[in-house]
Amino acid sequence: MIATLAWKSLRNRGATAALTIVSIALAVFLLLGVERIRQESRESFAAAVSGTDLIVGARSSPVHLLLSAVFHLGNATNNVQWTSYRAIAQRPEVAWTIPLSLGDSHRGYRVLGTTADYYEHLRYGRDRRLAFAQGRAPQNDREAAVGAEVAGTLGYKAGDRIVIAHGAGEVSFMQHEQHPFTVAGVLERTGTPADRTVHVSLQGLDAVHAEAAIDEDPIAAALREDPDGATAPEPRAITAFLVGLKSRSAALGVQRLANEYAGEPLTAILPGVALQEVWEITGAVERTLFAVSALVVLVGLSGMLVALLTSLGERRREMAILRSVGARPLQVFALILGESAFLTAAGIVLGVAVLHAFLAAGQGWLESRLGLFVVVGWPSPHEAMLVGIVAVSGLLIGLLPAFRAYRMSLADGLTMRL
Amino acid sequence: MSEPVVEISGLRFAWPGTDAVVLDIEALRIERGERVFLHGPSGSGKSTLLSLLAGVLVPTAGEIRVLGRNLGALGGAARDRFRADHVGFVFQQFNLIPYLTVIENVCLPCGFSASRRGRACGERPVRREAMRLLAQLGMSGDDLAQRGATALSVGQQQRVAAARALIGSPELVIADEPTSALDAARRADFVALLFAECRRAGATLVFVSHDASLQASFDRSLPLATINRAAAEAMSA
Repeated sequence: MIATLAWKSLRNRGATAALTIVSIALAVFLLLGVERIRQESRESFAAAVSGTDLIVGARSSPVHLLLSAVFHLGNATNNVQWTSYRAIAQRPEVAWTIPLSLGDSHRGYRVLGTTADYYEHLRYGRDRRLAFAQGRAPQNDREAAVGAEVAGTLGYKAGDRIVIAHGAGEVSFMQHEQHPFTVAGVLERTGTPADRTVHVSLQGLDAVHAEAAIDEDPIAAALREDPDGATAPEPRAITAFLVGLKSRSAALGVQRLANEYAGEPLTAILPGVALQEVWEITGAVERTLFAVSALVVLVGLSGMLVALLTSLGERRREMAILRSVGARPLQVFALILGESAFLTAAGIVLGVAVLHAFLAAGQGWLESRLGLFVVVGWPSPHEAMLVGIVAVSGLLIGLLPAFRAYRMSLADGLTMRL
Repeated sequence: MSEPVVEISGLRFAWPGTDAVVLDIEALRIERGERVFLHGPSGSGKSTLLSLLAGVLVPTAGEIRVLGRNLGALGGAARDRFRADHVGFVFQQFNLIPYLTVIENVCLPCGFSASRRGRACGERPVRREAMRLLAQLGMSGDDLAQRGATALSVGQQQRVAAARALIGSPELVIADEPTSALDAARRADFVALLFAECRRAGATLVFVSHDASLQASFDRSLPLATINRAAAEAMSA
């Protein structure tokens, strides 16, 4: 009975009710949106390194090494000598290693020089392997594998020929045209930086640089030439390498070993620990965003409070009528509380719906621009808790006008105050 | 002789927190089926007496019994339930809830009282009885019943209010100056309709007005200014 009345009363004040619902919905949308993006960005970062036990690079800060080697954000300060890499890769605790050589680009996408171990051992998300949507892994120095987004944006398919440029910029004046690559395969979408990467072999990358060097300085290039004339000389240096261990328990030991490596100063990091450091840096921004969206929720609910309180003045007659037909003051209380409950609930439902619609529509954009692989699904427990807090706040705020109406209906009784 | 619908003895009422007695009635009996015309100048305590009869206020001293129940001895919730079950109320004006349709307004008391719902319809839907009452009061037609309450003229609103007060046959109908917003020609019509329906339902009618021209048709006329000793003192002072 009271619920029906509350619903009809709100429907009668449709415009105000709709505005209130929309403002609560926007607030919920913002709150959950910020939370979802935060969650997804953390997850997508974590997914990229989920199968890696250690990352080793030249001496630098752990955060910098993590960001430059795995996420291609910024440039490595220094290289790792091939001999150092081999020394650690041959340790008995090590199950596999993936060398990474960065520094070139292809039309704004990073080019990664690596080995067949990359396609074999790299794991992302929940122990998922790289797979090819099209074609296969590169098998020689003139083949490349492109990530899903690279292929999607640039329209590449297996068999296409591409040229890579020196440096990491979108526009490079130095194109290594003498050593073009053929796209051997397109990787399936992973939601990790691999989607935005062109993969070639280490030797392929060296060949590019060697040929470029011939252009610049034939003597220097000649000096670099392998005296035996081998076609695939060992690379001299790489940017960093990923390490998979036979047992995770060896991680700290191998980490210390790398950090104390005598040949050159190296830094070895546990990806999870380094990520935590990243989150500590971004935490202040996240907290600020969260505080702002929480305030927006408060503003939305205050709007409801104002709307309900101002309506009470003109509803005193209605209260007297309800009392005359036998409504108890407590039922009048429930009526007004029910209205705020309804407004809050509708606002939450609309906000969640709008968020999902937005995420569904913006999925591609978020993925290509921010590298966020957003899953549209049921709210996580954390989000459910946030929604619960909004709902409870709505009810608590609704107590105020409800209590006022209760007092009014007790004091007025059947007196019509106009 | 059957039990009276209203029985007042030694009733005194002062607003809580004040000493000034605004209502002081030695004795008053209203019999079942009686139609009583209660009149008096403003300030004679009419609204206060109606609130006491409806169980919204409780006496400071003395007793007010409605249908044999001592209202002062009941708790607030019990008085609200008593009102829902046994009392129909018509206000001076603006009787209807603006966001409900005519028919929903009429059915409203049945939402708060199971016994009135039971009496209104038995097995039939409440709306049927509401339509019957509206038709009796000269308001027929489905479209009218589905209309918003605010779309009606004042006279129509008062008749809808009467239908609401009568639905589910409450024993006591209290009308607080229900005709003062109507023009003279419509007043007599409205009173006649109200009488007819009260008689049909066997309801006792307490009708408050200061329009003396109406009082001739009632069984009894009660000048509150003389019954209420507090008002009489105030007048003579």
